[in-house]
Amino acid sequence: MIELKNVSKRFRKGDEVVEAVGGIELGIRRREIVAVIGPSGCGKSTLLNMIAGLYPPSGGRVIYNGKVIDDVNTSVAYMTQKDNLLPWRTVRDNVALPLEIAGLRRAEREERADRVLEHVGLTGFEKRYSSELSGGMRKRACLARMLLQGAESLLLDEPFAALDAQLKLVMHGLLLRLASEASQTVVLVTHDLMEAVTLADRVVVCTHRPAMIALEQAIDLPRPRDVINVRFTNRFRELYDMIWDCLRLEYHEELI
Amino acid sequence: MKEPGLEQPGIAVEVAVPVRRTPLDEISRVKMLACQAALGAVIALAWQAVSGRLVDDYFISNPLAIGRRLVAWIGDGTIFVHLWATLYATIVGFVIGSLAGVVLGVWLGVSRFAARLTNPYLLALNALPKVALAPLFVLWFGIGIESKIALAAVLVTFLVFLNTFAGVREVDRDLIDCARLMKASRAQVLSKIVIPSAASWVFAGLKTAVPYALIGVVLGEMIAANRGLGYLVQFSGAQFDTAGVFAVLAVIAVVAMLLNWLVEIWQERMERWRIVSR
Repeated sequence: MIELKNVSKRFRKGDEVVEAVGGIELGIRRREIVAVIGPSGCGKSTLLNMIAGLYPPSGGRVIYNGKVIDDVNTSVAYMTQKDNLLPWRTVRDNVALPLEIAGLRRAEREERADRVLEHVGLTGFEKRYSSELSGGMRKRACLARMLLQGAESLLLDEPFAALDAQLKLVMHGLLLRLASEASQTVVLVTHDLMEAVTLADRVVVCTHRPAMIALEQAIDLPRPRDVINVRFTNRFRELYDMIWDCLRLEYHEELI
Repeated sequence: MKEPGLEQPGIAVEVAVPVRRTPLDEISRVKMLACQAALGAVIALAWQAVSGRLVDDYFISNPLAIGRRLVAWIGDGTIFVHLWATLYATIVGFVIGSLAGVVLGVWLGVSRFAARLTNPYLLALNALPKVALAPLFVLWFGIGIESKIALAAVLVTFLVFLNTFAGVREVDRDLIDCARLMKASRAQVLSKIVIPSAASWVFAGLKTAVPYALIGVVLGEMIAANRGLGYLVQFSGAQFDTAGVFAVLAVIAVVAMLLNWLVEIWQERMERWRIVSR
């Protein structure tokens, strides 16, 4: 459903040309959860921006549902690394924004917003402004907003990086449950291998800048997964080690 | 002060003591109000004492005479006729100018083409001292209240426009992208992202524009009118009535402060999020 055909992206920074993404070939099936992992600053976010249609690739094509993306892709919900909450709106009004845009009545959108906020553990903070929240709470508000948008696909850029380890697990469970209930396709960018293996059907390892695919590994752990117990299975260990062997080289290269 | 423990025979140890803030800096609100009143009283007394002795009464009048004049005007109701004429023109001119400024600012802020097209003309108009348009407005709208409204509106429009324009240009691109991904239409992006985001800039413009609305009206009234505070100050001056001039000036100052205060209250209500985040 999402196809990247030899996609590359170059940025011009003054006289310097930065090669962010170099020739990526990747197909993502409907309802699949794909985790893209790689060293930070390797161009993973650029990849998501291109799937979201925020800017065009320098080479190759991004195809979504058989159509070449040439404008903002409104079939996806995108949770960026930066929390794009509107500072003049309360948490509830921020989370309800997609429903407001869709033209729902106030009573209904507030009710639905409050329900999602309960899922992400923000009950009691509905009337706060984003400046009053901690970094992790803001991330959860963004997650709630994205889930409420009800898009066909979800793009997540390091969504859980600011959360503590325990909360991360809770959010992992929530994402898996809601994405599967809504039959959503998920592309998750992360630098946490544990998270990638726990959540994904397939893990894609990116090389250091320019991002290219170093390894594609199917994660054949059964679903539905228990995000805690799955980590103690032998298969999880095997997969983790296998990917780590490849990923380690990328980090190694970066450090030299 | 020396710390006793650090003192050794024969060696003087200087210990730095943090500079204490003077108690005057931390005076309470009520005490400060009393001090401010006292300062006013001292100035008024000095004025009263000097007037007619060191400086001719004709030039500076005196607070008692000004007070008497004010009481007389309030008593027979003259001041209210003029006060209302000025207030009405100021408010209407301010509202019209603000609306025009916001619309123009948003439009040019969003449309790069329109902004570039009109740029040289707007620069020229902005450089022009707008009060010089007063005679033109008298020709167009007559000596009635309309010409004062027009002058105030023109002054306000430019200030509000410049601020709104800058505010719209400052809007975070990421927020716009975020809304577009949520299928927001152009109008929705404008009403839900661009305008609220530029609001604090608009308010800054509105706040600076308030005194200018009053300036426009008073000036217009001084040029050609038959009522209004500007007319009254001009009339009193022409009668060599210094006390009258000062009395009107006092009323204008009060009006200006009142209008500023109203805009501040309005802004606080609209921008609660900014106050919360402080």
